[in-house]
Amino acid sequence: MPAAADPHVALRHVQHSFGRRVIFQDLSCEAPAGQLTVVVGGSGSGKSTLLRLIGGLIRPRSGEVLVEGRDITKLREWQLKEVRLGLGMLFQNGALLDSLSVFANVSFPLREHTDLDEAAIAETVHESLARTGLKDVDDLLPPQLSGGMRKRVALARAIVRRPHVLLCDEPFSGLDPISALRIERLLMDLNESGLTLLVVSHDAPSTQRMADRVLVLLPGQCVQGTPAQLLEHEDPRVRALLGEAIDPALVAAEEEH
Amino acid sequence: MERSGTRDVAVGLFLLAGILAAGFLSLRVGGFTLTKPDMITVYASFDEIGGLKPRAPVVISGYKVGEVRGIGLDQNSRARVTMELDASIQYPVDTSASIVTSGVLGDRYVSLQLGGEDAMLKHGDTLQYTESAVLLERLLGKFIHNADVGGDPK
Amino acid sequence: MLGLVSEMGFLATSFVVSLGQLGVFAGRIAGALVRPPVRVRELVLEIYKLGVLSVSVVVVAGLAVGMVLGLQGYSILARFGAAESLGSVVGLSLLRELGPVLTALLVTGRAGSATTAEIGTMVATEQLDGLRMMSVDPVHYIVVPRALGLALVMPLLSALFITCGIAGGWLVGVLLMGLDSGRYLTSLQGSTEFVNDVVGSFVKAAVFGVIVGLVATWRGWRSEPTSAGVSAATTSTVVIGSLSILLGDYMITALWGL
Repeated sequence: MPAAADPHVALRHVQHSFGRRVIFQDLSCEAPAGQLTVVVGGSGSGKSTLLRLIGGLIRPRSGEVLVEGRDITKLREWQLKEVRLGLGMLFQNGALLDSLSVFANVSFPLREHTDLDEAAIAETVHESLARTGLKDVDDLLPPQLSGGMRKRVALARAIVRRPHVLLCDEPFSGLDPISALRIERLLMDLNESGLTLLVVSHDAPSTQRMADRVLVLLPGQCVQGTPAQLLEHEDPRVRALLGEAIDPALVAAEEEH
Repeated sequence: MERSGTRDVAVGLFLLAGILAAGFLSLRVGGFTLTKPDMITVYASFDEIGGLKPRAPVVISGYKVGEVRGIGLDQNSRARVTMELDASIQYPVDTSASIVTSGVLGDRYVSLQLGGEDAMLKHGDTLQYTESAVLLERLLGKFIHNADVGGDPK
Repeated sequence: MLGLVSEMGFLATSFVVSLGQLGVFAGRIAGALVRPPVRVRELVLEIYKLGVLSVSVVVVAGLAVGMVLGLQGYSILARFGAAESLGSVVGLSLLRELGPVLTALLVTGRAGSATTAEIGTMVATEQLDGLRMMSVDPVHYIVVPRALGLALVMPLLSALFITCGIAGGWLVGVLLMGLDSGRYLTSLQGSTEFVNDVVGSFVKAAVFGVIVGLVATWRGWRSEPTSAGVSAATTSTVVIGSLSILLGDYMITALWGL
């Protein structure tokens, strides 16, 4: 396990474009181990692309993507499999296998990669679901779930094997405020227990509350710092993305967290 | 993946139906036999085989006892037919073979008329008595020629 | 004029590129086939979706085609007094050509397009990426059971089709036209040979099964992640699949020397 100060995930001089559209010119940023890092930026700034680069789903045009010390851009597909065993990813729409029940979906990683017996699998699955606040949903199919429930099931699936790093693509979008708060609490609990989190989010208030560190993606550059630092940033865009016009006293109170 | 009893049964039935259909086609239609009965090869020469093809059946009184394996020319430029016959049947050495047609425009096949001798055909023997195929054109030609004989000479 | 030439050149190169992509894809499937674990449950489910659910279409079509063959065959043969050969005409047509080809076209339209739509939708909803992030190879988990399933069910469905076709011909010839039942069957048996006709029929069906399995999964895999994209992919499966079957039919028939 890397030391607490080591970056768990880092990008170095990453260049990427889709066709003619340049997403990143020279991106270098990091998500420190054990911390909850939130990625913010305008629409189309490459937030989802960033997560996909870290997950190895996309290869950058140039640059290095380091996950737990390894440069994954140099790895072949079968080697990436190993790296991904330590990662968990929550997609924006859940990406659940829609012909399988909730139980089958959440138990999927366990069946594929562990030797647990049926009883142990059931216990682990229910524990994971309970952490996201879900009960008695085993036999439902994804199309029968609401958007919020789908996200929670996907989150349960992403953490069921206790990954080292959890990547979340807009976990709060489409959720009612109560469900969103529940997810926020869960993510902070997970972080508390040692999990490194990288969360893409539009929601400024929750970002301020939960982030240890924030990566702001602006066209052509990336600004990094704590929420408090960034709220004092000279660039008004940065302050706006962090939700400026919120009572500073609230931020001070959260600093103790 | 949820186990579904009915689905598994359905798949099993499907596979069974498919295999049975394949089996039916192989055995009852294609004539596949796991145990080939012993066969003997005999030869017969004809002046005219009239469209007889390999794999044509060889029958006795309508019952299939073998197949035509090959057709070639013998030293006298007659058509030499190679036949494979069921060895469990006895064929007297004076058995004769004739080429007949199934229906008016049907396929040609070989019909055997068993002889009366005591000695039986052995593997590699040649039939002595053969009757060539009747060609419709020759028959018609003869008919017209005979009709003409009564009238102006051609 | 130059535009037309460059247009054709582009089509030609993109055709070759597509062929290459298909080859690479087929290679990945082959590689995944020999890698454990063997996904029996998924394969059984696919055989159900692709095979069992196609049975009704195949049986009805087979009977219908057989009956038409019986009617047409009888009317033509009767003109030459050769009505007794109906069995062999029906049987040979079905075994050699109509059985494998029509079954393959039916399956492409039904099961092939359904498979393409399914995989295409999975691409659009990021389910395949989800599998990758869980360290499961989507080719191994999603594509192989479907491609293999299509290849396996094709010979079985073809055999069912042919059997129903022969029955259909029998219904028309014997029950309707008054042919002797025994003669129908003997004429059928007499003209069909195991190796050339029956085995050849299964070989064709198996080859068509592999073609449809590859094309259907490949088009789904490459579909654009939008509703229009999935729809276009499904259409292309039916078009490419059908053309490949007909072309393949010619090539096998010519090579086999039938």
